Amino acid sequence: MSHAQAPKGALAKLLIGASLAFVALFLVLPLALVFVSAFAEGAGAYFEALADEETWSAVKLTLLTAAISVPLNVVFGVCAAWLLSKYDFWGKSALLTVIDLPFSVSPVIAGLVFVLLFGSGGWFYSALSAADVKIIFAVPGVIIATTFVTFPMVAREVLGVMEAQGSDEEEAALTLGASGWQLFTRVTLPKIRWGVAYGVILSNARAMGEFGAVSVVSGHIRGETNTMPLHIEILYGEYNFVGAFAVASLLTLLAVVTLVLKQWVEWRTARAARGFEGAPAEDSLEGQRALLGGAP
Amino acid sequence: MSVRVESITKRFGADAGRVTGVSGVSFEAPSHAITSLVGPSGSGKSTLLRLVAGLEQPDQGRVLVEGEDLTRVPVQARRLGFVFQNYALFRHMSVFDNIAFGLSVRGASRKEQAARVSELLELVQLADYAKRLPDQLSGGQRQRVALARALAPRPRVLLLDEPFGALDTQVRVELREWLHRLHEQTQVTTLLVTHDQEEALELSQHVVLLREGQVEQAGTPTELYESPRSAFVASFLGGAQILKGQVSEGQLQLPGQELSADVDHADGAVEAFVRPHDVRLVRADEPGGAPARVERLIRVGGFVKLTVRLDSGEVLQVQMSRTAQLDLGVEAGDPVRVDLGGIRVIARRGYSI
Amino acid sequence: MRPALPGFRLTLGIVLLYTSLIVLLPLAALGARAGELGLSGIWAVVSDERALRAYGLSFGAALVAALINAVLGLMLAWVLVRYRFPGRRLIDGLVDLPFALPTAVAGIALTAIYSPKGMLGGPLAELGLQVAFTRVGITVALVFIGIPFVVRTVQPVLEGLDPSLSEAAQVLGASRLQTFFRVILPALLPATLTGFALALARGVGEYGSVVFISGNMPYRTEVASLLIITKLEQYDYEGATALAAVMLLVSFAILLGVNLLQRRLSRGLT
Repeated sequence: MSHAQAPKGALAKLLIGASLAFVALFLVLPLALVFVSAFAEGAGAYFEALADEETWSAVKLTLLTAAISVPLNVVFGVCAAWLLSKYDFWGKSALLTVIDLPFSVSPVIAGLVFVLLFGSGGWFYSALSAADVKIIFAVPGVIIATTFVTFPMVAREVLGVMEAQGSDEEEAALTLGASGWQLFTRVTLPKIRWGVAYGVILSNARAMGEFGAVSVVSGHIRGETNTMPLHIEILYGEYNFVGAFAVASLLTLLAVVTLVLKQWVEWRTARAARGFEGAPAEDSLEGQRALLGGAP
Repeated sequence: MSVRVESITKRFGADAGRVTGVSGVSFEAPSHAITSLVGPSGSGKSTLLRLVAGLEQPDQGRVLVEGEDLTRVPVQARRLGFVFQNYALFRHMSVFDNIAFGLSVRGASRKEQAARVSELLELVQLADYAKRLPDQLSGGQRQRVALARALAPRPRVLLLDEPFGALDTQVRVELREWLHRLHEQTQVTTLLVTHDQEEALELSQHVVLLREGQVEQAGTPTELYESPRSAFVASFLGGAQILKGQVSEGQLQLPGQELSADVDHADGAVEAFVRPHDVRLVRADEPGGAPARVERLIRVGGFVKLTVRLDSGEVLQVQMSRTAQLDLGVEAGDPVRVDLGGIRVIARRGYSI
Repeated sequence: MRPALPGFRLTLGIVLLYTSLIVLLPLAALGARAGELGLSGIWAVVSDERALRAYGLSFGAALVAALINAVLGLMLAWVLVRYRFPGRRLIDGLVDLPFALPTAVAGIALTAIYSPKGMLGGPLAELGLQVAFTRVGITVALVFIGIPFVVRTVQPVLEGLDPSLSEAAQVLGASRLQTFFRVILPALLPATLTGFALALARGVGEYGSVVFISGNMPYRTEVASLLIITKLEQYDYEGATALAAVMLLVSFAILLGVNLLQRRLSRGLT
């Protein structure tokens, strides 16, 4: 960062200008437009649209989905990060590739695979319908598809943190007699908490906003299996633009809060990392002499 | 609490990177003494220490502490103290909590913890720093906290992995002196890994010199320094220069020159060593020694380092005090005579000394 | 290798079980269903004119968008790392917006902006360029979705780049442009390529942001992921499976290829 400079010269100004224009047109404009469109017919219409019963049921389902899939992925993500950063074993890189798979699978295919498993004609269809359990076109399908899509996010974040921190402190705790659980809760967890927080923030945003995968499995049953993004699609399709953008404004707020939290966590982590550099550089020689003189 | 390592072997995969294995290593570290595991990087000394600690599992061999076989005992139950090269202090805990950790995980009461921690803070002279975080300490202070943390649960053996590796020269020299006194006080059996031969010779009562995962020689510092059993030992400890020669009838002769010295060795081809400060120079017009010329002379404070080329072609490094050089009156380019009275023959492994 | 740390069996068990249930089993179901169709069955579906057009559009638009993103992303990363100007931190934060903003929201917002009556779509339409409901619109949506991938992979590399590298080049007499193209750009190329590949992979399968702006006209603005959904809505699971299997295979092949290329590129650097 020491080589950053105040912009000088025409080229620098041109590049900064182009970047600002791009960000304004491509990123800020859509953001602003959501709110402008949501309030196009005044605050009254906006809150009326939000007060709709089906909107509320979509909000509740979205919250429920995130509340189940995010904690599941946190437990898995911490386990996977521990496994992949602390041990070498046969098949490790293959496992890492498999964990990353959901990143490179189209959301639509992510939904499709669960239809093929649980939908009519699927592997588990007859067993499930015998037990009268419905997964596809029902809430469980929405949750499972969301879990698939957000699957690697916490694992990836925490793995990066654990690899950067190494295992020295864990080994030190072992030599001091800590059990596995003591080691994890008292040494590892405090070290990785910001990494976990980061993963939670990102995967929560994705979980609440997922569209393609959920669209395939939900069946779009209003008031039952509609999440907020799906509800936006329905309202938009009915030319209820104020309603669509009103629901979209809630998700946009979520995105903005996500970005702010993300920046805050990054700032916290950077500050923690700077700690060592801010420490007193070295013992004063006087201090060392006093130390030697004081030793009996 | 003596530590015994019996023919221990540990191999790492080809992709393991910086860690080196050890093969068939045996040694014994006597009770209450400091034993140094010394060698160049890649000699396997840190691996050996981790094997003793239980942080690595050996492929073969055993680790015994006071006769008890610890090879299959998990790290937590070994009750050994370990000081890591980069200290590995718990960054989110205060100095106090760091030192208390080993007591608290074993269920010691708060009162016991507080008493033991303040005792140790006194010992490492950091009584005023109990509430600080590791990040707020200097390198030397962190080092002392790491030591106190390792000592707190009263370990049977203290294991130190390059404890001064990350510190400035000045601080390391002083901490070394301090560690010596600390050891005299605590008397805890200590294994010290270092690549610094001076540190090993100065601090320890017993030295194990490793090379490429095997023990090259073990013994007291004096034994290794005075009677190295290989050219490697001689040059690693004290920077000896190796000369090839011939022994006949108790006389060592170096080829192509009239140098000879009395040695106690069987006849035959040998390697001999001499350290820079054991080479004596005399004036060219005085008798004795072999003719040579000073090629280069560098003054380093109170010392001078000379590069001397014998007329027979061999090049020797010589070191003497500035005063001795002024008395002798030689400068670069001057002819001198070299007296190799301090030369010794390397007793090969298997030979009796 | 740190075998001394506890928890290997526990975490291995949890990870294998969970990964198998959530990822492997569902993907295996896709593989098995595709296998039942056989090569000829799959070919019958994907060789259809409508399917070929949809694939061409998905891969083509994703490729164009990823190329645009590589250039724009490199520029943004450069500006964010190398220059200090008011608003830099805000822009740095905004770059992640496409990650955080649900795709459906992005989709309706972009459509509103670029529709013939929209804020930008109106003036552009007068100039003769219709964006929404055309391939241009699809590409715009994919540029929006993909921009953070390139910026966020290039940025840390650029930050970590040793400043003495370009100083050394300048001391040796290289001009600023020579320094950029011969010293800095080659060092950034592997990361740029990674970002490009990520943006491409994301773009190929993208659905939410595209479905609103594309207009969804079969043969013209229908992307592959939409065609899969159409088949599913008609309960044509076989058709959907065949389309998905081929799309997945081609995506993996592209990622693998880029991976190999990137390895070759970075070997010379480290």
